[in-house]
Parts: sequence; structure tokens; C-alpha cells
Amino acid sequence: MEEVKLLGWWVSPFSRRVELALKLKGVGYEYIEQDLAHKSQLLLEYNPVHKKVPVLVHNGKTMAESLVILEYIDETWPNNPILPRNPYDKAMARFWAQFIEEKCNGGLWKIMWCKDEEERGKLVEEASQCFITLEGELKGNKFFGGEEIGMVDIAANFIGYWLGVVQEVSGMELVTRDKFPVLCKWMDEFVEHSVVKETLPPRDELHAEFEARLGAPSWKY
Amino acid sequence: MSKNELVILDCWASPFCMRVKIALAEKGLDYEERAEDLFGGKSDLLLTSNPIYKKVPVFLHDGKPLCESSVIVSYIDETWPAPALLPSTPYERSQARFWADYIDKKVLFDSTSAIWKASGDDAVESAKKEFVEVLKVLEGALGEKEYFAGDAFGYVDILAIPITSWFLASEKFGNFKVEAECPKLSAWIKRCMEKETVAKVIPDPEKIYEFVVNLRKMFGIA
Repeated sequence: MEEVKLLGWWVSPFSRRVELALKLKGVGYEYIEQDLAHKSQLLLEYNPVHKKVPVLVHNGKTMAESLVILEYIDETWPNNPILPRNPYDKAMARFWAQFIEEKCNGGLWKIMWCKDEEERGKLVEEASQCFITLEGELKGNKFFGGEEIGMVDIAANFIGYWLGVVQEVSGMELVTRDKFPVLCKWMDEFVEHSVVKETLPPRDELHAEFEARLGAPSWKY
Repeated sequence: MSKNELVILDCWASPFCMRVKIALAEKGLDYEERAEDLFGGKSDLLLTSNPIYKKVPVFLHDGKPLCESSVIVSYIDETWPAPALLPSTPYERSQARFWADYIDKKVLFDSTSAIWKASGDDAVESAKKEFVEVLKVLEGALGEKEYFAGDAFGYVDILAIPITSWFLASEKFGNFKVEAECPKLSAWIKRCMEKETVAKVIPDPEKIYEFVVNLRKMFGIA
């Protein structure tokens, strides 16, 4: 009997990535919601280094860091693969997942918390360049993974759904339909995907959460 | 292009390039090393094969480029499986990747560099403290094992050991010794350096120290 548990937070795109991979593979799991403001003993025990979600527990063995967990899931349940089998293509998928994490998500994160208008302008310009690069990687495909979603699409989930909410809350217009038509089309396909849909937090609740956290009134521009 | 033509676009001081060279040496693979002049002018090949980051290392396998050292090392391991660099079970591999991620978030390289980049005693002290904290976490991960994954030298060791060639520079500017702070990690460093594949790739830390002295002059650090 396989025992799979996931420690997550409903808001976190990182823990939703893991849920998405598990659901794509049809793996049953027990979900344990975490309160990150008051971290549980379980979380601190399972992820002492970072004290963050997600944590995957499989037959008592614990793993942390969402992209690391995705690789584990793909190796352990090989049906509906999320990584290419060819080593070069797999390497490229890992490269793009890292690019999304460091440059795209990393860039967005800096913008979200930057209070200085001039600095934010520079960060937005930098991030735009990264999104142009990312958009190019779609190469006319429905998803980054081709016809089906793969690790790169899963890694881009924040861009696929959360970013829209952040833009609504803040008034930031970084990824818009006229500036990024191809990327926005990917976003449409992503959120409509039958399995992805199941892993997305309700939009109004996410909106309220971001409003509260980003202190929207002072942050709109 | 002949079959299995391997090229690395390289900088002798870059710990990220050293990672790739150690991996290739572990696999017994021949390759061409092309030195890049990172300050004087990057080659066209570098700029076209790594347009996003424009950094070394770039690894070319029969002309197909790959960037990002941890991605390259994984690719080398998967393409030439023996001897294995990553452990054999998915769980052990997840642990290796977790520590690779910890090191790769540039916590290790950035935290050691922060020491010689710092100006003023307080800044140096604070950078040193942070660096030693990171080392202690790694020392905890190593535990009583010979190498990070156990008895065999592998992926995490390959990613971490090159950065240790930069430690002497930090020790000199920070006025401390890694051996005094983290004896077990220090022993691991010595153990790795005894391996031929590592010793022939890692430059003399004194040369790295001179390189850092020049970098500080370039950055205008006192």
C-alpha cells in the first residue's frame, strides 16, 4: 500500500505544482494544509532546512523543493511523463524550468515587493525581456511540453494563473494580450486543461489573499 | 561534426566550469576546452549558444549547446551512465537534487564571495557569519559519510567541491579558517582533492586568491 502525503498551502503555486503532477499521474495522496504563519511541528521536522511547503512524503520518506519533487514523481510514477525521455530534451526542459524560476518568477517577485517607482520600472523592463524569451520557447506548440503539459508548463504555473490575479490586484500590466499574445494563448490553454483546473485555487479567494498581503491600496500603479 | 565531439566554453577560475570538467573526467571522456575571455570579449560561439545568460560554462555535444552547470552535469550522467554520478534510487536522487538546489541557489558561491566583496569590518563579519552558517548546514548534510551520497563520490560532491577553491580568498579577507569552523567539511574537501579527477581540474587556491585580488581592484573594493 503506497502512502503519499503532501504538506501544502492552498495559495502556494509551489505546492500546487506537486498536486498537479500527482493528479496527472493519477496518484492518490493525502493533502495536509499548512498554516505558514504558525508552522507545524510536522513541517519543521520534515523540512528543517527551508521550513517551507511543499513537502512530499512517500512511504515515510520526505522530500522538499517543488522542482526536485516533480523529478521524483516522474521517476517513481512513469506513466504520463512530464519530462522528455531523450537526455538533451530533458536537459532543455530543466534549463527552462530553472529560467522560469530564477528569471521570470524571481523577477516578478522583486517587482511585487519593490516600493520605489523608478527601480520598479527597471525591474518591469528586465522582466519583460524574460517573458519575450519565454514566449519564444513555445515555438507554435500548445504547451511548452508539446501537445501535452510537461514540467516546464507546471513550473510556469504562477505565470499561467497567479500572475493574472497579481496584475488585477496591483494594476501592474506586464503580461497583456496585446504585448504577449502567444503567451496569453498558452495561459488560456493551461487554465482550461482538465487536470490543471482541479489544482487552481478559487480566483476570488486568491484575489482577497493577495489584496491582504500586498497591501493593495498603497501598491497600485 | 564527428560523433561525440565534446567542447566546453570555459574560464579557468569558474567553479561552474570546474563542475563540468570533473564530471567529464569521472566519465573518462575527452573534450576540447576553449578558454573564454570574460572581461575582454566573449566569443561569438558563447554569445550564440548562450544568448540568455551569456555565461560559461557552455557544453557542446556534437554542436548542440547546453547551459547551466547542474543541468550539464545531469546530462553528462544520463548520456554516459558509467560510472554513475547520481545515486540509483529515485529517493536518493531527490536528496542529491535537493542539496544541489541548496548549493545552486548560489547560497554557497554568493555567500563565500560576499566576504571578499564586503567593505568595512562589520560587513565582513556579517558576511562571514552567514557563510559559516551555510557551511554548517552542508556539514550537517554530510554527517558521518565520506561523501554526500554515502561511500561514492558523486553529483553533490562535484557541484560543491569547485567552490571550495575560492575559500582561501574568503579566509584571507575574512580572517578565519574553514577548518576551525567546520572540521568535518574540511576533511571532506581534502578527501575530494585526493581524487585525480578533481585534483587535475581544481586550480591552486592561491591563484584564485590572486584572481580575487584583481577582481576587487576592478570592482573598486578597498
